[in-house]
Amino acid sequence: MKKMINKSTVTSFINYGIVIALFAVFQTLSATGNLSRQLTGLLIPICAYVIMALALNLVVGISGELSLGHAGFMSVGAFSGVITAAALQNSVTNDVARFVIAVVVAALIAAIAGLIIGIPVLRLRGDYLAIVTLAFGEIIKNVLTCLYIGVDSKGLHISAVSEEALGLEATGKAIVKGPMGAVGIMKISTFISGIILVLIALFVIQNLINSRTGRAIKAIRDNRIAAEACGLNVVKYKLIAFVTSAAIAGSAGALYAMNYSSITPKKFDFNTSILVLVFVVLGGIGNLTGSIIAAIVLVALPELLREFSDYRMLVYAVVLILVMIISNNQKTRAFIGKIFGVFKKKKEGEDN
Amino acid sequence: MAFIQNLINGIGLGSVYAIIALGYTMVYGIAKMLNFAHGDIIMIGGYVAFCTYTYLGWPVVAAIVASIIICTLLGITVEFLAYKPLRGATSLAVLITAIGVSYFLQNIALIIWTSNTKSFPNMVSFMPSVSIGDITISGTTIITIFACILIMVGLTTFTSKTKLGKAMRAVSEDRGAAELMGINVNVTISLTFAIGSGLAAIAAILFLSAYPTLIPTTGSMPGIKAFTAAVFGGIGSIPGALIGGILLGVIEILAKAYISTQLSDAIVFAVLIIVLIFKPTGLLGKKIREKV
Repeated sequence: MKKMINKSTVTSFINYGIVIALFAVFQTLSATGNLSRQLTGLLIPICAYVIMALALNLVVGISGELSLGHAGFMSVGAFSGVITAAALQNSVTNDVARFVIAVVVAALIAAIAGLIIGIPVLRLRGDYLAIVTLAFGEIIKNVLTCLYIGVDSKGLHISAVSEEALGLEATGKAIVKGPMGAVGIMKISTFISGIILVLIALFVIQNLINSRTGRAIKAIRDNRIAAEACGLNVVKYKLIAFVTSAAIAGSAGALYAMNYSSITPKKFDFNTSILVLVFVVLGGIGNLTGSIIAAIVLVALPELLREFSDYRMLVYAVVLILVMIISNNQKTRAFIGKIFGVFKKKKEGEDN
Repeated sequence: MAFIQNLINGIGLGSVYAIIALGYTMVYGIAKMLNFAHGDIIMIGGYVAFCTYTYLGWPVVAAIVASIIICTLLGITVEFLAYKPLRGATSLAVLITAIGVSYFLQNIALIIWTSNTKSFPNMVSFMPSVSIGDITISGTTIITIFACILIMVGLTTFTSKTKLGKAMRAVSEDRGAAELMGINVNVTISLTFAIGSGLAAIAAILFLSAYPTLIPTTGSMPGIKAFTAAVFGGIGSIPGALIGGILLGVIEILAKAYISTQLSDAIVFAVLIIVLIFKPTGLLGKKIREKV
């Protein structure tokens, strides 16, 4: 019986378990009023960042490519989600239905963006790929800063000049106002929808990883030439991972944006991409459980350290550097290995 | 005429990018790492020059020298404390550490100098602007282009003629073999960081003399642009940094003048992507052959 359940399935279910357990904990805490206001406000952003970390982990950890522009996909998702929701405000009155449609559209458009970016980019390697993803992130931010979008009874109006150039009817309204970003967003994201999105993202990524396609992606990561020699289409598999990741990041963006009444393109800049990368690296590259925990802790931590307002980012930076040095330096690793080695031996001794 | 004027301004801005790009490209060539904290060393250099010049009233030369010395020491210290323990670690680990250092420097600056915008004085105003017909070249631009040429010639001579420079090239070619030949790799890497950071201080003064807004995040955008310039020209190559930097500056200024101010950054990055698609290792980058 034991052999029938393989290790990856167990890990998958542990991850679902963790998310559901955390949901239960936070839900009880907020229901009994034990959750501070700041933390309550953070629940949806935490969900969005967890999804972002999972999406980036698929690219960095599983596909082995460094992306420094993932916030760009989040941005595309956020804006397309907000626009969809605003355009459907009169035709779809149910908040939940509108949210679902907005997220699906956001994921689709982000996936298209991922495809457009992925085709040229995935031919490059290593650091060059990193810099091009960075460049794409900046381009998306820049273009969105110049974009004006409005809606009226005739449909969507798009302009790259100004709000007046949209030529809206008197009943119409501008949704995206260039540098001011999207305004007047209906807040239809909820914590439950966030958690469901996290579970869906986990489900998609874990099933992808443990499928034939996932094994091909990992084979290419481990040895590109050997995988190519075995007849795997390198670009195709890398593209599958990249586009899936972009779609998931887009849905995270929609979830994130519909939690605020307004959002600017500047919110999704290079620093956001880096922030998510930090979650992935600190959580352990390729380790989904680690990504979830790191994203939760690191989003909540600066808020919990508000009292030390001036010094909290400084502490964050120092902790980041120290963790990287301790976990990657050979000497400290050997030292930690020794400590754990002692424990292991003791345990084995006890077992005997 | 306006076109030539823009072209010269572009070369001026590009020269600053080229000087910053040198810091990226040299460090990448030798330590094989993307030093994301380089932009923040520029920012620190700017603040040091600002404080010594405005608050302490030091003469221009003394302020510039102070800025160079502080940045050089900072570069060596950062390398020693944060990057040296990570020799042989994965490049991603080093990258994240560099980002940590970048956050650290920005927040230190935020605590010391607060987030209030400081207006940087033009420290190279002793050079008068020159007018030829309709074209006016500002003194800052002249000094910047001149400094860039001087630094390029100096660095090329240093890396090709002196023993230390040759050691640097040897380490970037093959670290293991260089070590076997008796080259002290750690000293060479420290030296590279020192030179790169010293250049960052010069770049800071030249950049801020032209664009005088000084805040704790001042360094990040020129940093990213210069990094792009280094990749553009072929990362690891010194002449590549010069070409990449100047091309980037010219494209940026021309895009601002003729297409759109807001979209200029997007255009710069789009050109970078197009170049990388056709020349995947940059304009002057070496082709890496894969061995099976």
